[in-house]
This record gives sequence, C-alpha cells and structure tokens, in this order.
Amino acid sequence: MSIASTVSPGTAATLPPARKPRPVSEFLSTYVFSKDHKVIGLQFLFSTLLWFLIGGLLALAVRWQVAWPWSDVPVLGKLFAQEGGQMSPEFYTMLFTMHATVMIFLVIIPILAGAFGNFLIPLMIGADDMAFPTLNMLSYWFMWPAFLAFGASFFVEGGAASGGWTSYPPLSTNTASSPGSGMGQTLWLLGLTMVGVSSMLGSVNYMTTIILMRAPGMTMFRLPMTIWGMFITAVLQAFALPVLTAAGFMQLSDRMLGTGFFSPEGNIVNNAIAGAGGGQPLLWQHLFWFYSHPAVYIMILPAMGMVSDILTTFARKPLFGYRPMVYSIAGIAGLGFIVWGHHMFMSGMNPALGITFMVSTMMIALPSAVKTFNWLGTVWGGRIQFTTAMLFALSFVSMFIIGGLSGIFMAATPVDIFIHDTYFIVAHFHYVLFAGTAMGVWAAIYFWFPKMFGRTMNEFWGKAHFFLTFIFLNGTFFTMHILGAVGFPRRLADAYHYETFHHLQPLNAFMTWCAIGMVATQVIFAANFFWSMFFGPVAGRNPWNSNTLEWTAPSPPGHGNFDFQPVVHRGPYEYSVPGVEKDHLMQTDPPNAAAAAAAALAH
Amino acid sequence: MGSRFGGIFWSLLFLAVPVLGVATFAVAPAYDIWLPKDVSEHGGAIDGLFLFILALTGVVFIATEMLLFWFLWKYDAAKATGRATYIHGSHTLEVVWTIIPAATLLFLAIYQMNTWADVKMRRPAMAPTVEVVARQFEWRLRYPGRDGMLGTTDDLFLTNDLHLPVDEDVLIQLKSMDVLHSFFLPNLRIKQDAVPGMKIPVWFKAKETGQFDIVCAELCGWGHYKMKGRVTIESREDFDRWLEKTYAAQEATQPVPEDVAVSPE
Repeated sequence: MSIASTVSPGTAATLPPARKPRPVSEFLSTYVFSKDHKVIGLQFLFSTLLWFLIGGLLALAVRWQVAWPWSDVPVLGKLFAQEGGQMSPEFYTMLFTMHATVMIFLVIIPILAGAFGNFLIPLMIGADDMAFPTLNMLSYWFMWPAFLAFGASFFVEGGAASGGWTSYPPLSTNTASSPGSGMGQTLWLLGLTMVGVSSMLGSVNYMTTIILMRAPGMTMFRLPMTIWGMFITAVLQAFALPVLTAAGFMQLSDRMLGTGFFSPEGNIVNNAIAGAGGGQPLLWQHLFWFYSHPAVYIMILPAMGMVSDILTTFARKPLFGYRPMVYSIAGIAGLGFIVWGHHMFMSGMNPALGITFMVSTMMIALPSAVKTFNWLGTVWGGRIQFTTAMLFALSFVSMFIIGGLSGIFMAATPVDIFIHDTYFIVAHFHYVLFAGTAMGVWAAIYFWFPKMFGRTMNEFWGKAHFFLTFIFLNGTFFTMHILGAVGFPRRLADAYHYETFHHLQPLNAFMTWCAIGMVATQVIFAANFFWSMFFGPVAGRNPWNSNTLEWTAPSPPGHGNFDFQPVVHRGPYEYSVPGVEKDHLMQTDPPNAAAAAAAALAH
Repeated sequence: MGSRFGGIFWSLLFLAVPVLGVATFAVAPAYDIWLPKDVSEHGGAIDGLFLFILALTGVVFIATEMLLFWFLWKYDAAKATGRATYIHGSHTLEVVWTIIPAATLLFLAIYQMNTWADVKMRRPAMAPTVEVVARQFEWRLRYPGRDGMLGTTDDLFLTNDLHLPVDEDVLIQLKSMDVLHSFFLPNLRIKQDAVPGMKIPVWFKAKETGQFDIVCAELCGWGHYKMKGRVTIESREDFDRWLEKTYAAQEATQPVPEDVAVSPE
C-alpha cells in the first residue's frame, strides 16, 4: 500500500526502473491507462489544451458575429455551410453556450485540478503517488464520455446546447423552445454529469493524499500554497458537486421522463402547452449556482496557489503572510457557499434576500483583497527575476486586481440593476478567468515544464508570447467595461438595431481584432511548447533554485517520483535567509545547513 | 532582451495598466460610450452609486497597480544590489489591511440598501398601470380597459409599443408565457427577469418624455436579439388621448377572443 510505505521513512526509496524491452500491454498500462499521477496529469494537460484551442476558436466565431453581424464568416461559415456563409442566430446562441461550456468544464476546471493537481500534489508533498491510483486513472477516463458527449452534440439535429452555459429552464428543458434544446441539451447534461464524476473522483483522491501521504516533517503549515489551493478546491468540489449532479438529473428527468421540477403550470411554448408543470424555474437557478458559485473559486484558488509559489521563487523572498494567505483561501471557500444568490438579484427572487446576498458578497471581497496585499508584500523588497513564468504570475496579480474590483459593482444590488447581464459582467469574469486563471496556468506551464519534460521552454519566445497575449487580452476585455457602462447586453446576435447601442459597432470591431490577435499569438506558445519538449535545453533537478520538494526529484521524475526519501525541515519559502551562502534553503536541506554555511564563511 | 533593459521594459508595461485603464474610462464618455441618458426618478441614485464605486475602486486600482509597478522598478534583480529582504509578513499590516477593507465593504453594502429598497421593495400602493407579458420574441402588453381593472373583457391588447405617463408612479405587472426573459429599460435604469409562473411587480417614475428602447436581457432563444420594444413616455393628456385612440381602434377591428380575455392572471 502506498500510504503505509510513504509514512514510514526508508521503505519508499524508489530507484528508477531498469530499462528492458516492454510488450505492448505494458506500454498501454504505462502511458495510456496509466496509474502514475504524472502521466495522468499530462494526459489532462494535453486534452485540456486541445479543448482550450477549440474553446478559443468558438470565442472568435462569437466575436465575429458581435463585430460584424450577419457578414460571411471566414472558414467556419464554409464548414457549417449555412445561408451562404453567414451565421444564423441559433448558431450564434449555440456558439457562446458551447464556448463557455468548453472553457469552464473542459478547460479551466480539469486543467487546474486534473493537470496541475495530479502532477504536483504527490511531488510537492513528497509522496510516491496518489492515495488511490486506480481512481485517479478513472478520473481521467471519465472525461472521455464528457469529451464525446460535448463533441458529438455539435453534429446532432438542432446542434449543440444553446440555452447558455447556465442552462436555465424552461428554455433548456422545453424541446420546442430552441433548436439546441433537443438532443444537444441532453448530451450537454450527460457530459456535465461525467465531468462531475471525474471531478469527484479527483477530489476524494486529492483530499486523502494531502491529508495522509505527506512526507515526514511536512506539516500542514509547511505545505506550499499550491497544495493549499488544490486542497481547498478539492473540499469545495466534494461539497458542492452533488448538488449540481442532482440538479442535472432533475433536468434530465424533466426532459426525458416528463416531470416538471423546473416548469410551472400552464406554460405555453411555441403555441403549445408545455410539460407537466407544478415546478419552479428559480429552483434550477438556486441549485445550479449553489454549485457554480463555489465553482468560480474552484476555477481560481489553485491558480492563486501556483502564482504565490512562482512569485516567491522569482522574487527570491519568503511569501508575505503565509498564514493569512492560507486563512484567506479558507475564508473564500467558506463564504463561497453563501453568496450564490448574487447571480439572481434580478431573477425574481425575494429582493429582501438580495440584501443578505449583497452583504455576504461584499465580504467575500475581503479575503481576495488580503491575498492581493500579501502578493504585493511578497514582491516588495525582493530581487525580481523577470522570467516568463514570473511575468505571467505578475500579470495574474495585476489583472486579478481589475477582476476583483469590478466584482464590487455587481455585488452592489442597485448598480447591478443596470449592469446585470451586460458586457460589464463579461469583462469581470474574463478578467478573473482568462486574465487571472489562464495567465496563472501559463505561468505554471512555463514554471513546471522542466519538471514535466526535463527541458526548459525558450525564454525569448515565452516573453513574446506573454507580451502579445497581455496586450491583446486587455484590448479585448478592458473595453468590455465601458461597453457594459452603456448597458450593452450579452448574448445578443445583433444589438445595433437598438437606438441605445447602434454606435458601438466600431468598438466591438476593435475588440474582435484584439481577440483574433490573442488567439493567433497562441501559435507562438504551441510552437515553443512542442519544440522545447524535444529540443529545449536540458534542465537539471532545480533550474529555478526553488525550495519545494518537487525540485529535489529528477526532471522528469521516474515512476515513484523520488530517488530518496524526502524529509522536510522547514516551510517552503525560505529564500534569501541571512547567513546562508546560497540564497534559498530547500525544504529538504538539513537543519544544520544554515549553521554549517555560516561556519564555512567564517573560515 | 538584456536583463537590465528587460526589467525597465516590463515594469513600464505594468505601469501601462493603470495609465491606459484610467485613460479608457476618461475618454469613453467623449465618444458617448457611457451610461445612457437617464429619465427615471430613481436612476440618479443608481448612477451615483455606480460613480461612487467607480471612484472608490479607481483609487484602489491606481494605488495597487502603481505599487506593483514601483516594486518591479525598484527591486529588479538586475538593478538592486544585495539580497532580498528576509521577512515573513507583518501582523500589524495584516490587521490594517483586513480591517480597513472590511469596514469599507460593509459600509458599501449598507450604503446601497436604501436605493435597492426604493427600486425593488417599496412598491407603491396602486393598481397595475399595465401588464407586460413576455414571450418568444415579443412583449405583449395589456392595459386595463375603461373599467380600470386588469383581467376583464374590455382590456386593451398591444405588442412591443409601451406607452406610459410622465411624472407619475407607474406599476407594471411582469409575467412570462414561455421561458425566462428580462425586461430591461436602459434609460429608466430598470431590469427585472420575467419568470413563467410568477407575477413580478416593477415600478418607477419617469421624469422626462421621449421614446426609448425595451431590451430583453435574459437569453430566451434564437430570436433573443430581436425581442425589441419601445417605450413612449408622454404627458398625462397625450397618454390618455393615445389610450382612447388605441382603444377605439381595437373595438373597431374585432372583439377580443374570449379565451384570451379571461385567461387567469
């Protein structure tokens, strides 16, 4: 049992396996149906990056329609061959529904927890693998039914789901209400359930592993922030996901078994009485957001953790306020369960309840503010090395400030009356999820790439990738704030026939050009990634002179991770310790290293 | 990029964030990319709160982004000599930057409550001026007929062409026939989802006459973008004249079908 072996020091000392010819079945069990957390992490990484590309192209198609409504769409127009190359409004609603669905459920959640959670947790806590390797393998392979369901839904009659990624009934439950509410919506719900199964398997595994399999000396308060982010995320998933799964089954049942959980009596859709009735559309919203608001934090806490680790490494400085950082992650998670109603201020929910949710929502800005101040404190007085990973991590902080502050507008219920469902909110969540999380993910890729593949990525092209992405993302998303100030609504295939919005087309065209530039820039990233995998300079164990345990293992680590039993003597952020010759003390460096170094200097 | 030059370049890039951010907001109103004209009595309070939060978050935005720039500029490893400061945090600072934001945020929440209550909770005691029923993809309007009561056989039916009197409280009864919609009047700072199975009251007082957009702000299907209506705010005399004229036109064409007229509210 792997648990027993790691807890007792000595027995887990794993040597790299001897090379010998391997049969096909062994190849399959090593690289395809692998139970090694690192292989599973990379499988997640490659799958999610592929979906990231698909989601990005969907976004471009959305932007095309918003900038130049009803004009011929290049490439995609021919691919779907509709109305001579221009997109239909139902195709447009499908595009933004699937853009959000793909980005949230197939990219952000699995890339953070699936790819980085898997790859980093055992390495950073000093374990040889996850607590439940088989469950771990299943958590990846349960993503495939989801990939297939979402992927196939584009090609069924009526197209993929088009009720928005929130799938509000009755639009989503009533097949007559929208073309995408047919087979596409059923596949959407099945895909969502499978993503949920995958996340749940992962979450149980992460919690168990982090609690039980830490290396000797690795107390909870010596864990790197990455692990804290992953741990709290796993807890959030375990408690919130069952609600979404239940709600998903209720919606499936409304659609397929004729129940009416979410449809009221006497509903008339398309001139026909619809469904059994007796239900409430708002019930879905409560259940959906009870998961999906905590999910917002599932989509950022791991990135916050990774960014904290990267900032300290390249500022050569201890993390400012380690414990407040941990407490504020926990605070975000706790408060995250009582703020879901802020998505429903305009929904018809009792306005008195809106006041309660406003207060809790305002208060959740507090731990985010504390984290931001501590990141600034970490950079202050450092010796900053402007590596690509550091630039992405710094931009996470800079952009998260914008995304965090714009949230306050929506939390204020009277202001939300005007900006709810406008581009102001589109700006807000793209600043959190793209300019925040995605930039954090790129930071993490550049940072841990040497550990994953044993080689470092090209810094020049990395910085070019950063610079262009940073410019274009702000061109695309910052302008959305002022668009929102006009009240420009989201999800409209063409808003320019409204007197209020008719003059906004040039601004939207500018944003679309920036979005095209942003997607095009990713070619640099893809080329750098694959080129470096095979031809990048070989990295040693610890190319960044970082402190945490994964940097003591070989790059890339063999099966079983460590070629010695790591024993932890200190926290993860001992950079620039006075009196120590090198400017960092790794978690495994023996406790007398400081004294020894001081003595050596004295000679 | 040389390391010395690199630090300067990247610091300045981060300085561009607050500079261009503030510039965007400063320039936008000149191009009319700003809050649309407000003609409601409560809208001033909403816009005031928007601008207040904008000023407050603007200060925090500029301060934090400038600090980030300054730290990057000053503590660039290629420029600064010696080692990084060995410090794990500061209890005093943590207390300060917890308590000040907490108090500010709590104040912000309390400061919003009165306006919210005015717009969404303190409903005027009056009979509905008009019933708005949303459906894919139009706004169906129902005015009380000569008896002044909704739901009787002499009700007046219209589509997408909402007329309301100026300088008077109006009460709209909002319903939906099929899916979710949202009744959005940008110039009146009004937004309220229409939910099938619910009757939701919406009220306001317009303070200027004119014609404005009605927009659907909740995804309602493929035709969501074209679910457009117009609201005409006019004087009481014009409103009464319009009502009488429209009513006469409806009587002249055909009687209201029985099943629609007595459909339950």
